[in-house]
Amino acid sequence: MAEHAKRLGMEVSIAVSHAVQMARAEAIAAYPITPQTHIVEHLSSLVANGDLEAEFINVESEHSALSACVGTSAAGARTFTATSSQGLALMHEILFIASALRLPIVMAVANRALSGPLSIWNDHSDIMAARDIGWIQVFVENGQEAFDHTVMAFKMAENSQVLIPTMVNMDGFILTHVVEALEIPEQALIDRFLPPYVPRHQLDPKRPMTMGAFAMPEIYLEVKMKHQVTLMNSYDRILAIWEEWGRLTGRHYQPVERFRTEGAKILLLTMGCLGEVAAVAVEELREQGLPVGLLSLRLWRPFPFAALREAVNGAELVIVCDRALSLGGGAPPVLAEVRSAFYSLASRPAMLGYIIGLGGRDVSPEDFKEIVARAQKENPEAPSQEFFLYGVRG
Amino acid sequence: MDKFGVAQSQKYDVYASRLLPREEYFTSGHRSCQGCGEALAVRWVCKALGKEAVIAHATGCMEIVSSGLPQTAWMHPWLHVAFENTAAVASGIEAGFKILSRKGKWPGRLPKVVAMGGDGGTSDIGLQALSGAMERGHNFTYICWDNEAYMNTGIQRSSSTPYGAMTTTSPPGKRSIGQATWKKNMVAIAVAHGVPYVATASPSYVFDLYFKIKKAIETPGPAYVHVLCVCPTGWRSATDLTVRLGRLAVETAVFPLYEVVNGKYRLTVEVPKIRPVKDYFRLQGRFRHLREPEINFIQRQVTSQYELLLKKCEAAYPEFPVISHTEESQEGA
Repeated sequence: MAEHAKRLGMEVSIAVSHAVQMARAEAIAAYPITPQTHIVEHLSSLVANGDLEAEFINVESEHSALSACVGTSAAGARTFTATSSQGLALMHEILFIASALRLPIVMAVANRALSGPLSIWNDHSDIMAARDIGWIQVFVENGQEAFDHTVMAFKMAENSQVLIPTMVNMDGFILTHVVEALEIPEQALIDRFLPPYVPRHQLDPKRPMTMGAFAMPEIYLEVKMKHQVTLMNSYDRILAIWEEWGRLTGRHYQPVERFRTEGAKILLLTMGCLGEVAAVAVEELREQGLPVGLLSLRLWRPFPFAALREAVNGAELVIVCDRALSLGGGAPPVLAEVRSAFYSLASRPAMLGYIIGLGGRDVSPEDFKEIVARAQKENPEAPSQEFFLYGVRG
Repeated sequence: MDKFGVAQSQKYDVYASRLLPREEYFTSGHRSCQGCGEALAVRWVCKALGKEAVIAHATGCMEIVSSGLPQTAWMHPWLHVAFENTAAVASGIEAGFKILSRKGKWPGRLPKVVAMGGDGGTSDIGLQALSGAMERGHNFTYICWDNEAYMNTGIQRSSSTPYGAMTTTSPPGKRSIGQATWKKNMVAIAVAHGVPYVATASPSYVFDLYFKIKKAIETPGPAYVHVLCVCPTGWRSATDLTVRLGRLAVETAVFPLYEVVNGKYRLTVEVPKIRPVKDYFRLQGRFRHLREPEINFIQRQVTSQYELLLKKCEAAYPEFPVISHTEESQEGA
C-alpha cells in the first residue's frame, strides 16, 4: 500500500468518478445511459459542489456528448466522458474523428449489450462494434483497476508521443455497480504522476490552425498509416506509464495478465471481470491436478501481439472466451484476434472459442470448469463447430 | 427607385468593400463554384468576426471547397468534425475556453465561438445538436449558410428548399410539382428557444449582414443568423446574377431581412414596393417548370407570410403585387 493512501469501500462507478476528479478533468460532456449513469451523476455533483473545477455539459445525445468533447479537447481542456452500449453506437461516427484529430479524450465505457433485443445487461458487443476506431482500449477486472486505469488513461492519452484518445472498458453492472474495497492514493501522488494538461495543439487565434481538413486519395492513406504507426508505438509508452504507476502505488499491470500459467497446458483467455471468475475455476482445477492457467487480456488496442505470444508459450490449447458474437461470421472478435497473432508461427497452440455471458447471462466458476471439460473432448485440429455458444438453449 | 425598384438609400452597399475591414480571413484560392453566394457571405462574415474568433464548421460545400489537406482558406482557428454536430462542437469549444479562463490557463479575452453549417447541416441533420446547444445557452453564434438544398452532394432537396423548386430528389413530373413542402422556418425555431439574437441576412446587403454578425457575436448567450446564399449551380442561374438574385429574394419578400432581439421583431431592410415573386423565379432554372397558377399560389403564401412578419415587426405595409386572375389549380398542385 502506498504511503498515505486511504482504503475505502465504494461503488466502482463512484471510484471512477473520483479518479476523474483526482485527475483534475476540466470538461465533461455526457448523456445518461444505463449502466454508466452513476459515474456521471457523481461527477456532476462533484462539479455542482465545487469539488471539481470543471465544465459539465449536459448534452442532448451521446453523439453530441463526444462532439462536445472534441470541442473542449480542441480548446485545450482535459476532457472526460462516459457511455455504454447504444450510446457508444450513437457516438460511432465521432469516435473515429476524435482519434484522427488526435485529441486526448478519456472515456469510461460501462460495457453493455447492444440492442436488439434491448438489453441493459453486460456483454462486450458495444465495444467490439467499435474495435477499429483508433483509440487505446483497456479492459479492467475490478474496482481498483477501474480507478487506476482511469487516472492512467489521461497520462497515456496526453503523452506528447501518443495523443490518442483512451477508453477504459468496465463490465456494466457486474463491475460498475458493485461495492468494493479499494485504495485511493492521496491527491499529491496523483498530481505528481499526472501534471496539468498542456495541449500541443489548440484552437487559438494567436496561432490559428485548421483542424479536420478533408483528404483526397493522394493523402488519406498516409494519414491513416501515421495513425496506425502511432497507435502501435504507443505500446511502449503505455507500459512505461503503467510501470511508473506500479512504482508509486505498488500495483503493477501487464498487457496480458497471467494467473497460474506455470507449466499450464491449457489456457483460458478472458477479457474484463470474467477473469476473476475464471481464476476461481482455475484454482480448483489446479487442485484437481489439471495443468490449467488463465490469461486476461488487459490491453485490447494496441493489441499486444508479442506479450500474448510470450504468455501463451508452452501451452497446447487456448480456450478463448468471448463476450460478443460476430453474426454471420466465424471466430468471435477476441478469438479472431488471438488466432491471427499465432497463425504465422510454425508452432502454435490449438484454439477453441466459447461465447459466454451474452446480454448479462450469468457466468460462474462452474461454467468455466464445464468449458474446460468440454474443450478437452473436442478434437482441437477439427473442432465440431467454428465456435461454441456456451449455455444456449434450444 | 431605379428600374429594378431598388431604393436609392440602399445603393451605398455597392461601395461596401471600401468601407469594411481590409483584412481577409477567408482567403482566395478556395474551390467554390463561379458565382458562389456562400463564399461571398463567408468572406464578409469573417471580416465582421475579426481576428479573435474560433470557428466550428459542419461538413458541406463550404468545408469541402475550403479545407483540402494540406491547404486551407481559413485564417481563423477552424475545426471541422462532422455534418450534424457543429453546434455541439461549438458548445464544447465554448465550455473549454470557459474552464481554461476560470483556471487562469487562458490569458486575456476569450475569442468568439462561431458555428457554421449549411441548410442541411442546420435544419435537417444538425437540428438536434443545434436545439441542444441553444437550449443550454452557450455563448456562441450559429450561422446557417442557406443555399436551399444539399448542393455539395448534387442538389438534393432539404427541408429548407422552397416550395416548387426542382432538385434532383424533388423533380417535377406528372405527379410532382417539384419540392412539395414549404421551407422550414429556422428563425422561428431559434426564437422559440428563447435565443436572444436571431436574424436573417444576405451577402447582397453587405452592411446589414456585417452589423448583424457584429451584434450576434457581441450578444451574451446564443445567437442565430440565417444567411441566404445564392447558388448558381443548384439554382440554375447565371453566375453573374448572384448578388442581383440575393436582392430580388428580399425585394420580392421571399426572404425578408429582419432581426429578433429578445423576442422583438424588427425589419432591417424595408422594401416600399414588393415585387412579384415571378421576377425572382424567372432568373432561376429550378422554378422554370412552374405554371402561372402555381406561381400565384406561391405569391399568395409569400404575401401572407410577409404580412404576418410585418405584424410582428409592427412595420408599415408596402405596396404588394397584384395576383393575375388566370385559373388556379387545386392549391397550386
